[in-house]
Amino acid sequence: MKVSALSNTQLTHRLCGEGIWLRTGPVVTHIQTPLPEVAEAIGQSYAHHELSDPDWADFHVRVYAPFLRGHWRAQSQFAFDGYIPFKPLPRAHAFALLEWGLNWCVANHLHNHLVIHAAALERGGRAVVLPAPPGSGKSTLCAALIHRGWRLLSDELSLVRLSDGRLSALARPVNLKNTSIDIIRNFAPEAVIGRETHDTSKGTVAHLNAPPESVFRQDETAAPGWVVFPKWQAGVPAELKTRSKARTLLHFADNAFNYSQLGSAGFRAAAALIDTSGCYDFTYSNLDEAIAVFEQLAAA
Amino acid sequence: MHRDLVSLLLRDPEAATTFGLSDWDLLVRQARRAGLLARLLTRLRQRGVAGHVPEQALLHLESALTIADRQAVAVAWEARMLRQALSGTGVPVVLLKGAAYVMARLSAALGRTFSDVDILVPEASLPEVESALMLAGWHGDRRNAYDQRYYRDWMHEIPPMQHWHRGTTVDVHHAILPRTARLKPSSEKLLAAAVDLPGLPGLKVLSPIDMVLHSATHLFHNEELSMGPRDLSDLDLLLRQFGEEAGFWRALPNRAAELDLSRPLYYALRYAVRQYATPVPPNTMAALADVAPVWPVRAMMDGIYRRMLAPHHESLEDRGTPLASLCAYVRGHWLRMPPRLLLPHLFYKAFLAERAEAKQEKKIGAERPR
Repeated sequence: MKVSALSNTQLTHRLCGEGIWLRTGPVVTHIQTPLPEVAEAIGQSYAHHELSDPDWADFHVRVYAPFLRGHWRAQSQFAFDGYIPFKPLPRAHAFALLEWGLNWCVANHLHNHLVIHAAALERGGRAVVLPAPPGSGKSTLCAALIHRGWRLLSDELSLVRLSDGRLSALARPVNLKNTSIDIIRNFAPEAVIGRETHDTSKGTVAHLNAPPESVFRQDETAAPGWVVFPKWQAGVPAELKTRSKARTLLHFADNAFNYSQLGSAGFRAAAALIDTSGCYDFTYSNLDEAIAVFEQLAAA
Repeated sequence: MHRDLVSLLLRDPEAATTFGLSDWDLLVRQARRAGLLARLLTRLRQRGVAGHVPEQALLHLESALTIADRQAVAVAWEARMLRQALSGTGVPVVLLKGAAYVMARLSAALGRTFSDVDILVPEASLPEVESALMLAGWHGDRRNAYDQRYYRDWMHEIPPMQHWHRGTTVDVHHAILPRTARLKPSSEKLLAAAVDLPGLPGLKVLSPIDMVLHSATHLFHNEELSMGPRDLSDLDLLLRQFGEEAGFWRALPNRAAELDLSRPLYYALRYAVRQYATPVPPNTMAALADVAPVWPVRAMMDGIYRRMLAPHHESLEDRGTPLASLCAYVRGHWLRMPPRLLLPHLFYKAFLAERAEAKQEKKIGAERPR
């Protein structure tokens, strides 16, 4: 059964009580929250996702208002089965907190994958991994590409399976920030973007739904294809430049959450991915031009 | 309230063959809170029943073991670095707890996680040891004057030292219980009986019996018991391994009496038997009978530790859990220092500590070069 099969009231009621078991790719998360605005955001952002059976979840999480902080200077707290990994955030940021919490769960516990801080998309069975520091325009580019023929694997966490080197999909909402929210609204009018949350540590944040097809195909893995480091720069033409594979490996070592925990297996997985991928730096200023370059990449 | 599936499987790994998927779901949750996921997998593998684990749960057991294995490598490296740093002093360095289990290749190292390395050195050599560590890159946390006094005057360790580059922490002990505690196990006796680590001159571990006694003492003097189930499991594994050596069980209560640690040993054996079915011979329990507390105290302790030694997961909590937790907390502090010191200390911790720490942070900030 999909999340959209539940009415807002039913969903809110369930989340308040037993919770829901939400499947995102290889991960099942049991979510509970008494906060109605979070229930609404889940209903909207995860409409096409499936609800799983209650006999198994990989992660059990809760988002709630801490004691006495329900209304006065209202806060929200994320708990992972009784453990609290982050300080509380203002209550208005509760859904964003849940999303960050879900990322945290995967990055810290899914050690059958190398988890890289990068977006991942798929076209023609091959994956493009887009690592980039915050503010480089990765999420905007990712959001644009998924509305021009690319399938979303993940916006934040590229999951490289240790057993065969293929990339797994989570198909979770894309985190848009500040100006990119309006840019994507204009670029893809069909995009479903949730409520804006203001004054977070990253500015204004909104969540863009994973396109329905990305969700339906979430169990399809992808073979490595390309690693592209995007950087938005005003006025530059869209251009790919070949990047040193050695430098790319060093970047992964620094930017994969569980690289050191995986030891040699992490090194081998990163090296295998890079060996079989074309590695590029990419600068652009115009989204349409950027899309065209990626089209060429996919066609090659 | 649900069953404690973690203790069940550790006692009886074959019970895994009877588990359904929802049992595994609950087990992973409980074991994760207890820090016993990795150990469970090693036990299941040892008994040849790991094939019964469904793949969803196996992912989490294996992930935990991946982490534990990496940490064991890191701890072994850390022990070697400590040996290198301290070899010039000629001071005997005794590894304690997890680091000792790893370096002595004990079964208690299996599937264990580690946060820092604990060592025991003679009290007289503390200044030398501290200097040698600083030269090798460890630095004391720049704690305020209160914390410095707490550690140096009252406790059994100097403030933790962090390595500037590796970020690892070493706790340097001169005793296994605080100066201010009621029980006074002799550090000289512990150091005298310490055993060399083969191939690593300068590094030692406590003798098997002393290792068991330290583990028991640490567990039953701790006010914070989130690692309680794991520590008790360590004890169970130590007892099972050493219990096979001739004379161990007979000598254990005698040495405990010699070190003034009979009461913690009594509790350790009592709860290890109940929770993990440790095969303690009746004679050994009988030898400790006159150290046992009177019935009301025993019943109260049972009530507290039955809860605190089970995984700290919501599925195992009942109405008595918050009170048990509070009692364990108070008891831990009570055993550490007498009331005339304890009450002002708790007052400081509750009301003044945060402000003092903030002041210290400000002071450090002002001292930084511009």
